[in-house]
Amino acid sequence: MILLTLGLVVVCALSLFLGRYPSAGFVSPTALREDELARNLIVNLRLPRLLISLLLGMSLGAAGQVFQMLFANPLVEPGFLGVSQGAAFGAGLAVLYLGNSAWVVQAMAALCAFCGLLLSYVLAHRIRFGGWILRLVLAGISVSALFTAGVGVLKYVADPLHELPELTFWLLGGLWNVSWRHVYSTLPVVVPSLIILCSLRWRLNVLTLSDEVIHSLGVSPGRERAVLLGAAVAATAVMISVSGLVGWIGLIVPHLARRFFGVDTRISLPGSMVIGGLFTVICDDIARTAMAGEIPLGILTSMLGAAFFLLLMSTRRRATVQ
Amino acid sequence: MKGSIIALQKLSFSYRTHGEPVLRSLSLDLEEGQATAVLGPNGVGKTTLLYLLLGWLSPKGGSIMLDGRPLHSYSQRERGKWMSLVPQQEHIPFEYSMLEYVLLGRTPYLRPLESPGEEDILIGSQALTSVGLDPDDKRPITRFSGGELQLLKIARALTQQPRIILLDEPTSHLDLRNKRMIVDIMRKQAAEGTTLLFTTHDPEVASACAGRIVLMRDGTVLSTGTVHEMMQEGLLSETYGSDIIVSEVRGKRVTLWF
Repeated sequence: MILLTLGLVVVCALSLFLGRYPSAGFVSPTALREDELARNLIVNLRLPRLLISLLLGMSLGAAGQVFQMLFANPLVEPGFLGVSQGAAFGAGLAVLYLGNSAWVVQAMAALCAFCGLLLSYVLAHRIRFGGWILRLVLAGISVSALFTAGVGVLKYVADPLHELPELTFWLLGGLWNVSWRHVYSTLPVVVPSLIILCSLRWRLNVLTLSDEVIHSLGVSPGRERAVLLGAAVAATAVMISVSGLVGWIGLIVPHLARRFFGVDTRISLPGSMVIGGLFTVICDDIARTAMAGEIPLGILTSMLGAAFFLLLMSTRRRATVQ
Repeated sequence: MKGSIIALQKLSFSYRTHGEPVLRSLSLDLEEGQATAVLGPNGVGKTTLLYLLLGWLSPKGGSIMLDGRPLHSYSQRERGKWMSLVPQQEHIPFEYSMLEYVLLGRTPYLRPLESPGEEDILIGSQALTSVGLDPDDKRPITRFSGGELQLLKIARALTQQPRIILLDEPTSHLDLRNKRMIVDIMRKQAAEGTTLLFTTHDPEVASACAGRIVLMRDGTVLSTGTVHEMMQEGLLSETYGSDIIVSEVRGKRVTLWF
């Protein structure tokens, strides 16, 4: 864990100096003193972008771990419960009908992500069969499907020359327009959320058990799950409102963390945050430097995430055969 | 003779507001330090009874007293220190080690932001040893056999250091060797003064380790008494709604149903 954290610090430090100015590669640290444009670039563009990619990865990694443990299912991810599709729908509405300014897109994405969660909760209460987890899963699937249909309608009615590319690009995910304003607007939500998740991380182990056993251990399953889900969704919603839809981090990173550090969430949750941060920062470095134009972050995380996932699953199968 | 630790008075319960009652006017006293078997056919309300005792379900009528106080007057954490549950089945999707799993039993003694310390680890290791498992075994528990998992669940319940252990069908789906191991552990716990209440539909398991048997039929207590008193052909046949023969082998009563 210490090595991994050190690795993250080194990668973050290198990322600040990596880019395509004045030429593709690393900027010399002395340029900070001599080249005002380079200083400006690092302080006002790369540093906030680095912080946002770090927070995005940490949030999605931690939230993914929380979701997988709470739902006792290693295949769920933080966008579950209508959060991701809600954010996509909100962003689409803002692009088409609310003026398409960056802060309106961010606000609407965050708002609709929370609406997705709220709607899932309300519907789960109204479903009349199955346990709480099953009802929540069914409600989440329904709400996601509803918002996906909504996004489809928005794409259908969008102006194909201006609005449709804008919306499509947002859905692909990316951090090309990040500034200090985004850091200031996300920090007050993300930092407290991550602190809550870290503080309650041992309880997360307890909440993987069945409801009656959790109850017999003196814990209220509903209340504690709501606190952890609320914190995980808040961090996710706020971050994807800035980044757009960035997939696979919340699914693959918890698997990697459990593989490296074991299941116990005392270690695997902080592990997820560090691996999530590292993975996202590296993906974003590739996104902004590999080609002259920007590669959407969501495409890279999906490609690398899927490759990692397949690798992980195939090595696990070999281990089982032995 | 010790006093009653749990007293149920005219307990009734149904899962739906106007639905068919699962338990009806059930009254029962449990003596401290005794192993009591709740014996009855499937679907008679045995598991529901355990969930009501835990406070996981709330009765529609009647009262539950724990050590002379209404059950609902205890905080959930207090109840966690009093009672532990060994469920019939438990889905464990992640590869915990044995020690990580049994340490979950320390939850009632930890504040929300706390995690287990050295003393808790010692208690967990002792619980594993007491059921015959090796605390240093690093295998993930998802690879455990059914018998080992049952032992592990009992170890977690013991790590909780409760005065009462509720076991839901503790020997179902187990082969004879594992069944004997579980029965031996339950006997040992009862001998050490822990109150045990376990459900079973197997009369042999009840007679092997219970000091008292409660026969349930149609959501209420049909009869209750010592093993000798309850292992009678007429009573068992009425409980199960099927002809059962009781025979004596080496001084122990066994049932034949075929």
